[in-house]
Amino acid sequence: MKKFFSVIIALVVILSVFTVPVYAEDELFSAETVEYYKNLGLQGTVLNVYNWGEYIDDEEIDVITEFENLTGCDVNYTTFESNENMYSKLSGGGVSYDIIIPSDYMIERLISEDMLLPLDYANIPNYSKYFDSEKYGHLVENDISKYAVIYNVGTTILIYNKNYVKEVPTSWKVLWDEQYKGKVLMFNNPRDAFAVAQFALGQDINTTEKADWDAAAELLMEQRKSVKPEYVMDEVFIKMESGEYAFATYYAGDYELMVENNPDLGFVFPEEGVNTFYDALCIPSAAQNKKGAEAFINFMMEPEIALANAEYIYYATPNKAVLENEEYSLVDSKAVYPQALENVQAFHNLPVDTLQYMNSLWMKVKGENDAQGLYVAFFSVIFAVAVIIIINILKKKRMKKYYEV
Amino acid sequence: MTKTSLLSKFCLALVFVFLYAPMVVMMVFSFNGTESTYIFEGFSLQWYEKLFHDKVTMDALKNTVILAIVSAAIATVMGTLAAVGINAMRNKYVKSSVMTVTNIPMMNPEIVTGISMMLLFVFAGAIFNKRDVLGFWTILIAHVTFQLPYVILSILPKLRQTDNRIYEAAQDLGCPPVQAFFKVVFPAILPGIIAGAIMAFTLSLDDFIISYFTNGPDFQTLPIHIFSMTKKRVKPDMYALSTLIFGAMFILLILMNVAQSRSDKKQRRKQKEES
Repeated sequence: MKKFFSVIIALVVILSVFTVPVYAEDELFSAETVEYYKNLGLQGTVLNVYNWGEYIDDEEIDVITEFENLTGCDVNYTTFESNENMYSKLSGGGVSYDIIIPSDYMIERLISEDMLLPLDYANIPNYSKYFDSEKYGHLVENDISKYAVIYNVGTTILIYNKNYVKEVPTSWKVLWDEQYKGKVLMFNNPRDAFAVAQFALGQDINTTEKADWDAAAELLMEQRKSVKPEYVMDEVFIKMESGEYAFATYYAGDYELMVENNPDLGFVFPEEGVNTFYDALCIPSAAQNKKGAEAFINFMMEPEIALANAEYIYYATPNKAVLENEEYSLVDSKAVYPQALENVQAFHNLPVDTLQYMNSLWMKVKGENDAQGLYVAFFSVIFAVAVIIIINILKKKRMKKYYEV
Repeated sequence: MTKTSLLSKFCLALVFVFLYAPMVVMMVFSFNGTESTYIFEGFSLQWYEKLFHDKVTMDALKNTVILAIVSAAIATVMGTLAAVGINAMRNKYVKSSVMTVTNIPMMNPEIVTGISMMLLFVFAGAIFNKRDVLGFWTILIAHVTFQLPYVILSILPKLRQTDNRIYEAAQDLGCPPVQAFFKVVFPAILPGIIAGAIMAFTLSLDDFIISYFTNGPDFQTLPIHIFSMTKKRVKPDMYALSTLIFGAMFILLILMNVAQSRSDKKQRRKQKEES
């Protein structure tokens, strides 16, 4: 009886995952587009895509399924959560991805280590049609455009809650103000967090001087002591929307996501400067399906697809068709498309010893005050255990004496 | 019967609250009408609907379940054979060294196992000139490897409990050895095998670190998929998914416990009648 029931339940659980309806909206594309992708001859091939989590539309338009329907290609879509982990997966060998979507500094590193294939733009006609090279071409100068097509652009931003912050802040230094103790959210990754401190100190965020990094680490440790910030990444959404925090540092597009759920939020681009970044589609050198990868890049620049992605991800897109589309809801957003920002700096790939130094400083910054409490707890546990053992030994001795009468 | 004091009852209640409060909160918010996770506004099934339309998540779930079932099955079969073999060993030194080697994947930190398996697979791939060696088979092999010690360790005690003479008696009565094993020894160790299989299944479902290092572009499991959502918020359809998994396991466990208590009652009644 029990076996029967458990088999039934197991079957129900397993079979339910196979009920994935697939929409085939072929009215989305014009007949010539459909013909173009059909004639590429990718039917039956496999494409391995490695992207950030939640970085492609699957609500409005299921981009991956649309691509599969148009080209007949089978897409394996997997996700990563940081550039460094993606890099270690690539460099470990044993995997072959056809499309990866790293960030700016990681692309520079991959190019310098010959891990990317140059793109054949003859297979990506949408690039010259839709890529806004006046506005965004400077991000991929110096041969980077040979290897990468920009997917999203963004900047970091300072988000504040108008209930706690009466006058509009102008500088990153407001995050060190003690009146906001316990209400500050900082980036939980070293480069972004150090960039905040380096902007406040007026440094170049790509500096290789140890003294500069030391000064920035000092500033961060000071912030830990005086303001006690919380280091978060995706938890920032819930925390800022709850209205219990005064400041958060995060990425510009995500401000729009948060302000939908909490209208008390405001944003500012501090005067010392912000970090601008972009994520781009690249083809790693171990790719097995370069033709499919280039078709995928071309597909991502189709106006309908680019619009769907931009609406889903909320970051700025370099696609002219989206920017000129009246239905695009974020075109007027001053957070996502800021006008005339000064002091904008991009991350570049740092040399290995600087990176290691930064990582060791980051561990010092994060690990500072926790150690004390831990030592106290650890030793008190050891002490309590020792006391209990001694009491038991003494008890046994007493019982022995009693019985040896 | 020992009398449970009020204090111990209170402690027990506290333990249950701590264990299940997060699950209950998550289940409640999976039916939330809005995206927020601290204000419950209106009951709705929208997250369940969104979940079933999310192809990547459904793929990850399907992969995870298939991997868990297949690896648990393989590990159980291999583990049973291994346990029977280890139990029949006469030489003490060989036996203890085999047991030590078996325990290594269990004692090792998972990250050591994960990285070493990945390096092994890449090395093997380089020998056979295969560039994309990581995939379903590598993650399956890795899972079976770390599940084996647990399966063996749950079967060996049962084997030690069963009397070896029953097996010889069965052979005396004319059973060929394989049939004797299946008719006599196998039912006796069945509880251990089932416990080992469930343990293997759970370990595989839950595993993150080893899967992270040995998976390939065509096979992503659910823990890795959820882990990659650390830049943007974790959407409430994940709550719906977790609620469904928890619900399925819960119902399964209740059914098993009900069945177990029924068979226990039957056994007790039999014993009473015989005495």
